[in-house]
Amino acid sequence: MIAIIDYGVGNLFSLVSSFKMIGVPAAATSDPKVIKSADKLILPGVGAFSDAIDKLRSSGLDKLIKEQADAGKDIMGICLGMQLLFKKSFEYGEHEGLGLLSGNVVPMKGVVPENLKIPHIGWNALKFKKPSSLFRYIKENDCVYFVHSYYATDCSDSVIATAEYGVELTAAVENGNIKGCQFHPEKSGEVGLNILRAFCKGG
Amino acid sequence: MITKRIIPCLDVKNGRVVKGVNFKGLSDVSSPVELAEYYSKSGADELVFYDITASVEQRRIFTDILREVASRIFIPLTVGGGINTLDDFDRVLKCGADKVSVNSGAIRNPELIHRAALKYGNQCVVISADVKRVEGEFRVFAKGGREDTGMEAIGWIKHCVDLGAGEVVLNSIDTDGVKKGFDLEMLSAVCESVNVPVIASGGAGKIQDFIDLFSTVPGVDAGLAASIFHFGEVGIPDLKAALKANNITVRL
Repeated sequence: MIAIIDYGVGNLFSLVSSFKMIGVPAAATSDPKVIKSADKLILPGVGAFSDAIDKLRSSGLDKLIKEQADAGKDIMGICLGMQLLFKKSFEYGEHEGLGLLSGNVVPMKGVVPENLKIPHIGWNALKFKKPSSLFRYIKENDCVYFVHSYYATDCSDSVIATAEYGVELTAAVENGNIKGCQFHPEKSGEVGLNILRAFCKGG
Repeated sequence: MITKRIIPCLDVKNGRVVKGVNFKGLSDVSSPVELAEYYSKSGADELVFYDITASVEQRRIFTDILREVASRIFIPLTVGGGINTLDDFDRVLKCGADKVSVNSGAIRNPELIHRAALKYGNQCVVISADVKRVEGEFRVFAKGGREDTGMEAIGWIKHCVDLGAGEVVLNSIDTDGVKKGFDLEMLSAVCESVNVPVIASGGAGKIQDFIDLFSTVPGVDAGLAASIFHFGEVGIPDLKAALKANNITVRL
């Protein structure tokens, strides 16, 4: 069973539906018992970093996620959920993240060329940086759907895919059991479902 | 690099997809769920799902249909029609919409854009504008294109973006349903004045119209159409292949 961690940030309808579509039991939950008994975890999230990390902390889910991660359970962060895995974010100030991956989350503004729009919204091609079991059912240059204004940097040890947007933006990360996608696999058509299938299969 | 998006638009009335010429003479085309699934499989990059009568008849979108669409297709979904309050945003987002488009609701109460952007993020708020040339200027129309608001369109759209709208759908009433191409002049004017994604709507009749759109107005991010897709006059795989052959970046 996949536990989709529900901490009151964003809409989990599409994520729940996409696991249903690929035939993998999944539930949106904030119940520590369910999270502990799950085979794998998904950490979703949209919105502001500080708001999200505050909600994880005030509910105690931050400690539980770290415990589960340290115990070796597969966890995949999606969009803001991926950003939360890092040490720090510089979105409106400076905020500590979960620290499961080394690196920082910084604004795209001032980094991507001025003629490109921010947020980075739309379908962009994945450039593979390292082999990963997450890519077992997809191929390089397959497109996935992004919506974000901040991106992870100083994380060369965990980057497995990037997307070109004037600069190379971190698109997917992996360090052992800790995984993340900046894009939305649940909104990336068959390619996205194939990434979720690969995550569920593991390996 | 970000691809140019192709977006079929599903105008829905009483749970069925309809498409009129210049918003009049509606004809029933098909089931929203079936069409959405078909488009997703054939390579649509996104779907727009409008309750076209809501702003007139105060009819709420049938959320069960929306929920069914959103549980079966896994591409971005924009929902519009009758969005007047934050509760309306909440209602459609809970059913799986990713973005919510406001039109008449924002004309009545522009603050709605600001409040929705604060609550859900700019990326979630789409300003949809029905625009027509009147007395030598671009004029915003309300209530499904039936009522001249007297507002100049470019200034209105800029104002909406300043309030927090993260995307613009520009529907030219002048070219809508005519099938002789998008309104390149109107689109250029909007693209020059805002720095958020602009979706072109109204006027697509054939593949070449999309090639002209993206070649002539490179600032446009997406092309939206309804009847040419619903009636199979243009197939999305053929359209994308033709765009690629013309060096326009698309998702294949």
